[in-house]
Amino acid sequence: MMNETVIEKQGYRLHMIQSNKFKTLHFVAKFIAPLSREDVTKRALLPFVMQQATENYPTSNAFRQKLDDLYGSTFSMDGSKKGEMHILTARMSVVNPSYLSANEPILEEAVRFFNEALFAPKVVADGFDPKIVAREKQSLGQKIDSIKDNKMQLANMRLIEEMCEGEVYKTHVHGYPEDFDHITPENLYQYYQQVMNEEPFDLYVIGDLTELNVEALCDQHIERSTNAPMPSMQATEKTVVEPKEIIEEEPIQQGKLHFGFRTHTHYSDDDYPALHVFNAIFGGFPSSKLFINVREKNSLAYYAASRFESHKGLLFVFSGIAPADFDKAKTIILEQLEAMRKGDFTDEQITEAKSLITNQYKENLDEAYGMVEMLYNQQFSSKTKTIDFVSNIEAVTKEAIVRVANRIELDTTYFLTQKGAE
Amino acid sequence: MEKKRYPQINETVYQETLENGLNVLLVPKPELEQTYGVFTTNYGSIDNQFVPLGEMNMVKVPDGIAHFLEHKLFEKEDHDVFQEFTALGSSANAFTSFTKTAYLFSTTTEVKKNTEILLNFVQDPYFSDSSVEKEKGIIAQEIQMYDDQPNWRAFFGIIETMYEHHPVRIDIAGTVDSIQNITKDDLYTCYHTFYHPSNMTFCLVGAFDAEEMLQVIRHNQQQKTFEPVQEIKRESVMESAHVYKKQAVLHMPVVTEKCMIGIKETPTQNPDQFIKEELISEMILDYFYSKSGAYYQELYDLDLIDGSLGFETERQGSFAFSLIGANSTNVEQFRDVVLRQLDTFKSYTFSEEAFTRMKRKMIGGLMREMNATSNIANSISQYHLLGIDYFTLLPTLEAITKDEVEAFMHQWITADNVSAFFIKKEAEHA
Repeated sequence: MMNETVIEKQGYRLHMIQSNKFKTLHFVAKFIAPLSREDVTKRALLPFVMQQATENYPTSNAFRQKLDDLYGSTFSMDGSKKGEMHILTARMSVVNPSYLSANEPILEEAVRFFNEALFAPKVVADGFDPKIVAREKQSLGQKIDSIKDNKMQLANMRLIEEMCEGEVYKTHVHGYPEDFDHITPENLYQYYQQVMNEEPFDLYVIGDLTELNVEALCDQHIERSTNAPMPSMQATEKTVVEPKEIIEEEPIQQGKLHFGFRTHTHYSDDDYPALHVFNAIFGGFPSSKLFINVREKNSLAYYAASRFESHKGLLFVFSGIAPADFDKAKTIILEQLEAMRKGDFTDEQITEAKSLITNQYKENLDEAYGMVEMLYNQQFSSKTKTIDFVSNIEAVTKEAIVRVANRIELDTTYFLTQKGAE
Repeated sequence: MEKKRYPQINETVYQETLENGLNVLLVPKPELEQTYGVFTTNYGSIDNQFVPLGEMNMVKVPDGIAHFLEHKLFEKEDHDVFQEFTALGSSANAFTSFTKTAYLFSTTTEVKKNTEILLNFVQDPYFSDSSVEKEKGIIAQEIQMYDDQPNWRAFFGIIETMYEHHPVRIDIAGTVDSIQNITKDDLYTCYHTFYHPSNMTFCLVGAFDAEEMLQVIRHNQQQKTFEPVQEIKRESVMESAHVYKKQAVLHMPVVTEKCMIGIKETPTQNPDQFIKEELISEMILDYFYSKSGAYYQELYDLDLIDGSLGFETERQGSFAFSLIGANSTNVEQFRDVVLRQLDTFKSYTFSEEAFTRMKRKMIGGLMREMNATSNIANSISQYHLLGIDYFTLLPTLEAITKDEVEAFMHQWITADNVSAFFIKKEAEHA
């Protein structure tokens, strides 16, 4: 269903995906390295600094105006966690020139710009522009602060900190303001060079590529000397000794009750498709046990849902409840997991869960960035190319779902509640 | 059935108004996996005073009722409609805005069945006293979730400074108190008045055959009976052109303070002019306040913003406003600078080069919006209800001249149509 051609180029893997679904072309670049507390603030700061200025577009204004001139092309960059790895992603989209009346070389300009944004940032002496670095530390610091004003994000962040104490996964993807003093324009630039010269680099191009010579444009404009193979996604495993319960207070109206579990089921495991089906029955959809029992039957919450992390093997449950309903909501949520472990669900529910997952998967195939994420993930599968997602989901048995459910362990319960509530 | 081709963007729209008044819009896109369907009624949170169907006198209903009704339409006597969609593997949802309520599904299989479920559940209400009571707890949690979100509070905060009487100033979901007064009978009154097919649009975008789907929809509607088409009488609230209050403050336990600037406008009643004004106001805000904008840059250089600067323009039949807002470490100075910047609009002129750039950017933005079936379906429905053809936005935009943009801009900001709203930290306790 995804028409992907992978070509090993000098210094990168080029993934061309032909699709006539979009009026735009999309470029996505990904660089990957092990997650580490030591480097994370630098990796968080790089996207901020790199989007400010390049050699030929030395101010943020000039940089953005160039994008506007290219019919409002968009460029963005960010960092994300995948298991115990950290990925820097740059994305650019440009209108497919075949929709424009005038015959303009915007595609070539776009490729040139994308290359420049990645490989030719503005440099002053031996580092990034010191003014930009100083100002962007401030922007990143404000971004970190603003997370505290989003209570759902705050609760999620605190849950992971508590749950993964002593594991690298607890590292904040936005970095730590206390590192700012040690980051200079020079050492940040050195780190940047290490990323750009040494890390595995994958470049995805998606869109209606017929009659557009995108590969030749990439050959012409994207320069890099060597590439590295994809790293292994192996994450450290931890078995729960004693579940933790953390209760914290904030001046808020709605309490956030979050749970962290360990699934001991990972992306490359045979039971991974069964984890998908487990989650769909347990809490992934509005027909799932969590939504039905917490919201519809007991009116305790507006939202109650679960989500899993594929590479580290984690499962999270989120709900927003009245502070006084803590015990009741906790009991009901944990009862749903117990029901899953006992196989207390019907064949109809399994069939429905499978079709929900398949539907969601296919819908993702209509989204350019959604497709890239799926294809990038597939590179971490230890299995060779027999990955047919839909038939793997179809083949999941009830036994496998129950088996997955019984491997899941509660690790941490986190409740962010109203200051002064009972 | 009317078939309209738009060669420039390579889209085709099929349109028909059925006998019962329902407007149907179909946009087949066979290259896609999914189909997105949306059933929209021209009824939202601002429609809180009206003459109920078959009655004589104006009534006022509790705040938040349109949104409450949206929740309750999913619940039937013996089941929840979500389960009908999920049984097919599809997802369903709904949203209520100031002026619209929309019910939607997205699917990659069984477009016919999904379409029938959507038409049937929206056209077959079941409200009971106990189910209305049960919903109050869920919606109260939804309201409290929003109450903890500074961005949401800032959005309604600025609207309340701009509007004195217009019901746009009322929170779409109402308040925990106001929803307590909602009864089953209120819901039926609103339902019968505003969910008549002649007040609604049904739109499908995605992988299906247009002729076949039109048959399905026609047949479905022919089996149901509705009252004859009648005009809905809604209260029109007088609202002056100037802002209600120049500024207001809300103290909240936030880490980062916020400021919103609002520009209050009077919408034109001419659809062609309406769409031009919408495109022009978006284009101007984008030109100055996106990351390539000179005024964004000035705020950034003065250390008054942190990259969170946002702007939007909201235009409907009875109200229109534009907003500029950001997190700031100095919210008062942010306001002062933005007010000074807005003041330059009255005599501002663009170079040809700048004008070309701003227009090109908007063209790219419109194309990008058309990548998503959900965007197409929602936009085409909502513009249709305003008498505007969504797919003509691109040629309309291309035809806009520099003189038109400048003329709009010169009269946009007046001495008393701009207000400010602050979210500030709570006073420190000793």
